[in-house]
Amino acid sequence: MSVAGGGILVSIVSASTPLLLAASGELVAEKSGVLNLGVEGMMLIGAIAGFATAHVTASAPLGVLAAAAAGAAISMIFAVLTLALLTNQIATGLALTIFGHGFAALLGARFVGIAAPTLQRLPLPLLADIPYLGPVLFDQTALGYASFAILGAIAWFLARTHAGLTLRAVGDNHDAAHAIGHPVRAIRYGAIGFGGAMAGMGGAYLSLFYSPLWSQDLTAGRGWIALALVVFSAWRPLWLLVGAYLFGGITFLSLYLQGFGVAIPSPFISMLPYVGTVAVLVLISRDRRRIRLNQPACLGQPFHAAA
Amino acid sequence: MAGDREVAFEAEAPAGREPGTGPLLSLAGIVKQFPGCRANDGIDLEIAEHEIHALLGENGAGKSTLVKILYGVLRADEGEIRWRGRPVAFSSPAAARERGIGMVFQHFSLFDSLTVAENIALGLDQPESRRGLGNRIAEISARYGLPLDPHRVVHDLSVGERQRIEIMRCLLQNPKLLIMDEPTSVLTPQEVERLFATLRRLAAEGCAILYISHKLEEVRALCSRATILRLGRVVGRCAPAEKSARELAEMMINARLQPQNFAHRAAREQPARLEIAGLSQRSAHTFGTTLTDISLRVAGGEIVGIAGIAGNGQAELMETLTGEQLSPQAETIRLDGAAVGRLGPRERRRRGGAFLPEERNGHGAVGTMSLAENAYLSGAVRKGLQRLGFVDRGRTREFALEIIAGFDVRTTGPDAEARALSGGNLQKFLVGREVLQNPGILVLNQPTWGVDAGAAAAIYTAIAALARAGAAVLVISQDLDEILMLCDRIAVLAAGRLSAPMPVGEATIEHIGLLMGGSAAPSPARDAQAAQGGTAR
Repeated sequence: MSVAGGGILVSIVSASTPLLLAASGELVAEKSGVLNLGVEGMMLIGAIAGFATAHVTASAPLGVLAAAAAGAAISMIFAVLTLALLTNQIATGLALTIFGHGFAALLGARFVGIAAPTLQRLPLPLLADIPYLGPVLFDQTALGYASFAILGAIAWFLARTHAGLTLRAVGDNHDAAHAIGHPVRAIRYGAIGFGGAMAGMGGAYLSLFYSPLWSQDLTAGRGWIALALVVFSAWRPLWLLVGAYLFGGITFLSLYLQGFGVAIPSPFISMLPYVGTVAVLVLISRDRRRIRLNQPACLGQPFHAAA
Repeated sequence: MAGDREVAFEAEAPAGREPGTGPLLSLAGIVKQFPGCRANDGIDLEIAEHEIHALLGENGAGKSTLVKILYGVLRADEGEIRWRGRPVAFSSPAAARERGIGMVFQHFSLFDSLTVAENIALGLDQPESRRGLGNRIAEISARYGLPLDPHRVVHDLSVGERQRIEIMRCLLQNPKLLIMDEPTSVLTPQEVERLFATLRRLAAEGCAILYISHKLEEVRALCSRATILRLGRVVGRCAPAEKSARELAEMMINARLQPQNFAHRAAREQPARLEIAGLSQRSAHTFGTTLTDISLRVAGGEIVGIAGIAGNGQAELMETLTGEQLSPQAETIRLDGAAVGRLGPRERRRRGGAFLPEERNGHGAVGTMSLAENAYLSGAVRKGLQRLGFVDRGRTREFALEIIAGFDVRTTGPDAEARALSGGNLQKFLVGREVLQNPGILVLNQPTWGVDAGAAAAIYTAIAALARAGAAVLVISQDLDEILMLCDRIAVLAAGRLSAPMPVGEATIEHIGLLMGGSAAPSPARDAQAAQGGTAR
């Protein structure tokens, strides 16, 4: 990883993109009233599915698609358990993460130490030559560009479309939504599946670009950070972007500190991005009223369809 | 507009029927059987266009079941529904709405964190463009006198405004029949007047209204015909204006009602048993109301009522009185002289307090526990239901049986789950549970909310008897009639402030209504209006 010039900023982007992808998906799921703590597990499944597919087909883009599909598929386990069988969402989400860890390790056993094709940077002509800004915004992988586009689309979808309004309504008061005749379960299946696909792609970004080798604990807790970002951003897409890039920035800073041999034990430096992101976001989200206003009121509650 | 739709509907009707003849809707022989209960047992009902038709009955008479069948929520086991003479079956609320049936529920199905316009858009079967919808909202607002700002967020609105959203949702679908379930239970008198004006306007334009209410005076003022249900059967039809409220109530419960007389006692010379002094407190709830400088003395033998629309600090005041929420200083609340503001519910009960919160299921009672267990939960301290720290099952059961017998609670026994009881029955049980602890101070929040006339009368009698025996009773209620009938003095809680209490005899509905709306100093014009209204009463 380059430490000079634009490279600094580019690596911030690389560290932030997988978070942004996973958190965007979770934001949609939570807005529909579902708390899926399985993000870490879905990311891992996506990472290995993407890596394995890219290795076998020798195509990184196919790997990304496979990762999205695998993430969505694994999220359906969670969806069926919580929506159809009404299991506790927290316990089920935790179980999904544990399952994802184990299953990804099992699938990945024969891919350890093997290389796969990686995602390529696609610098946009001219724009990428803008000093500082160019390399950050316009010299990314297709998935990096997509992460911005998708977040923008989510923000627009939630705020401006009828379908987005319905999704927010389901998260806010599922009984009322049901009484009016909106299909609460179907909407939540969709939102959970979308969250799974996004988490899967976030995992693929890690295994196909950020550190393009399979290792068992590739995500290193990023799924949890993604979850925290959603809460601390108070379910607002713009602040999700800020939070994700804050994490990327501090990640880079910690590498920089290590590179300069600052006399802090390295475990503490590794902690920095996590602690720093949480601390800053806590400060940002001190306004409890705003949180409550944006928080889906039915978040994590089981929905029994009663007449 | 209405004419166009009528033609469309008539085109569907079988040939040979004259348009506009016969009732809009007729139900014949509707039967609905639930496990252990025949909720509807052969009900016939006819509703004509232009008509405001009242559906009366006690809790459990089968009104809600009938209305749910009509709105497509439930399916009848037997019987026939005819819409403009043509047999129909409503398989879902959407199917009913398509025919032109709209319903305003007692519990609104609104989304607190969304705006008015978003809430209305969500209630439409066909999505509309924002601008088109905005225009239609403005048009209907103006036409029916339903002022609504589409951009406000629902949690900032009063209950009356929320109800307008529900009505607006229905009106946007151009209904031919509007069903209203207990629409006025949460409104100020002024809001009720406004609602009635809207409904009359609607009826004049041809929309039939099926109006369900416990408030018989309102039914007499508003409705042209009434159908009275008891135990799932029709027991009477009448023109409510020609009957007295008492006659209507007697038809509902099939018994002669004793004229209620809760003699007003002059007890203000007695020392205060419950004393609130300068209580100010921020709400623990996100959208709650801050209580501001509340002071009130309730003497032994006295019943004081706190009127006001829910959401003006009632929940906060109740929580502070029960001890669920501790007040900032101990001295702000005294029970029999002892400063208890910093003590929890158990300690307050030990000192003679008894409390009945508003929400029966989940707050007043644990729905999944038996009646005996629920009796223990609040009565353990004062009734000595524990022995060496263990639950004394025998005495707990006895206490539950005593409540069931004393308050005519209709249930299978003390082992019945609390949630299995109907609202009115559970409320009688809960009132009985507190009253039989023989408290020195009793605080009740909405004691007869959703309770029928017979059960309400039993609850009033028990409360009045307790007060006669020397207890101080504080009743927080949205039902003004209830306070005027039951209480000695009345104060109004609006926006977290409590008005000075006044003797009930000196209070007019209009003045109280204005206080409820938060205008402590009415303008001269309003005063004149109030005086006029006062003499009319």
